[in-house]
Amino acid sequence: MTGTTASRSRARPLPQINPVYFILAALIVAIILNNPAFVEPTGYMNFLKRAAPLAILAAGQVYVIVSGGFDLSVGSLITLVVVGSSMLSNNDPNATWWVISVMFGIGLGVGLINGLVVCYLKVPSLIATLGMMITLNGFVFLWSGGAPRGYLPDTFRFFGRVNIMDVPLIRMLPVALIVLVVVGFILYWLMHRTNLGRMIHAIGDNPRAAQLAGVPVNRVRITAFIVSSLSAVVTGILLGGFAGVSTDVGTGYELQAITAAVLGGAMLLGGRGSVPATIAGALTLTAIFTLLNFLGLPQPVRQVVQGLILIAAVALAMYRRKRTGQ
Amino acid sequence: MTDATAHAAPARPRFRFERWAPAILLAAAIILYIGACIVTGQTQYLTWNNLLAVAGRSIALGITAIGQTFAILVASIDLSVASLISATAVLASVIMNGDPAMIVPAIAAALALGVLVGLINGLIITRLDVNPLIATLGMSLVIQGCLSAFVSNFAGSVPSQFQFFAYGNLAGFPFALIFFVGLAVVAFLVLRFTRFGSDIYSVGGNKDAARFAGISTARTIVFAHIICSVCAAIAGLYLASRLRSGAPWIGANGVYDLESIAVVVIGGTILAGGRGGIWGTMAGVMIFSLIDSIFNIIGVDAFAKQVLRGVIIVAAVAFYAVRSKRMVA
Repeated sequence: MTGTTASRSRARPLPQINPVYFILAALIVAIILNNPAFVEPTGYMNFLKRAAPLAILAAGQVYVIVSGGFDLSVGSLITLVVVGSSMLSNNDPNATWWVISVMFGIGLGVGLINGLVVCYLKVPSLIATLGMMITLNGFVFLWSGGAPRGYLPDTFRFFGRVNIMDVPLIRMLPVALIVLVVVGFILYWLMHRTNLGRMIHAIGDNPRAAQLAGVPVNRVRITAFIVSSLSAVVTGILLGGFAGVSTDVGTGYELQAITAAVLGGAMLLGGRGSVPATIAGALTLTAIFTLLNFLGLPQPVRQVVQGLILIAAVALAMYRRKRTGQ
Repeated sequence: MTDATAHAAPARPRFRFERWAPAILLAAAIILYIGACIVTGQTQYLTWNNLLAVAGRSIALGITAIGQTFAILVASIDLSVASLISATAVLASVIMNGDPAMIVPAIAAALALGVLVGLINGLIITRLDVNPLIATLGMSLVIQGCLSAFVSNFAGSVPSQFQFFAYGNLAGFPFALIFFVGLAVVAFLVLRFTRFGSDIYSVGGNKDAARFAGISTARTIVFAHIICSVCAAIAGLYLASRLRSGAPWIGANGVYDLESIAVVVIGGTILAGGRGGIWGTMAGVMIFSLIDSIFNIIGVDAFAKQVLRGVIIVAAVAFYAVRSKRMVA
């Protein structure tokens, strides 16, 4: 309690900068030292392009995390989007637009079901979205017969793969980055500039208090799940652009998204989290992987490092919170 | 095991329902199983041996779930069990390497690894205040990474004497099944009749109240995690014995982390902690293997099976959660 009075008595408290930005900056410096070519547009633009899917996914996931839940179904939803699009479009370049619309429809449905199950059947989101993950995985296998055929037409892969060349100053501009900026801005605006965002924070902090204050808890919670699912659809469309069509494209992405949100300072079980910091968290995670790649460390080491970072990030956040008395 | 509330006030109907829900679900699964056998005319599935086979199908999951029950009862969770299962299976089979004389050291090493992992999990959660989900998820990545850095395929081999654990028979019953039931009984006795058991319920029910009542909450949580990890280590030993060797993917392939949580929750132990028990978990395990058997009997496509499985997990939890007045997230 002393912490709050102390900060209130100060005339203008220093702006608190989320530590994730410093970590990201340090990592980028480390990458540049290892590989000076990174300062060229091809270097950092390819980095941003590779990070874009995870950043969008994490920015959606943070909605559910701030509202107090988890969404484990996004990884399998990504797989469903990639495999389903290749099945539906059937190599026809003209099919892209309606296929994408169908995918957004599926995403809307998945998020809606997740939200309804959590709100009205009172199933904890961990179990509800876990069930959805298993179901969607089974559905992908069922639909594709275990071995997805075909490939995605170039019009579909446009979003994840194409770079717009000859742009002044930066020479190349990946479409994926444009998608990230647009989606990131929309998600930022919804979370930090609208009532919806405030209500999501409120129900994550104390659902009972939020309800008494007149927040339509169920509707807000369902919206959070829908936002997360729709961002997973966008991620799937981007990943379809540069990864091949397989039944494990999305595997592990749900955990990486949660990791990114946690790195960005989001509090599990709700009440705190920010979209820009989460995007920075996703960039940080990608930067760590890039760095480990440059250092020539194999995949298992990446896993160990990811695990240690995850624990360290939360431990550090809890330590800071304890020290500042908040 | 909602006794704490039952003593204080006349039992309210809601609690009685939550208490009996796993039994109702189990009865429904049994009826469905018998019905499926009769309708498809495959009455050979109703023989004693076949029922034992159904019960024995998910022993690895069951042993893991017994441990997971302890973790969830203290309002924690353990996502590291799957990679720990792989690690202990590989460790044991590499140490044994076909030599019967090395069985005891191998078992000791596997259990020691379990204790160590549980201790670290518990300390990270209690001392560093890290959310258990993140702590054990990170631990899982670390274990899996270390493991796949050293091993990429089946490693070592298990001597035939040790295969008794998975394949042996004792007094007409499979040894593994007897061991599993024995472990459940021990777990039940610990939870029901020891001070540690009641501490677990207190800490899970209300951590602050437990601390004010003089219970060392940190120690209770650490011990619950050690039990959870040791159970996972035992499950790893069982799988090594059954597969005759250890491989770094057996834990992840069985999805033991998420499935053990699902089984515990279907058994009526609530994720918020403090309520539930071993017999619910056992019912959950039986429900899972009965569902699998039903799918096999009526010949459901392997992929459709998975779809239904996800739906059933959610439906089973919803079956009793839907009446709860609490808000969940």
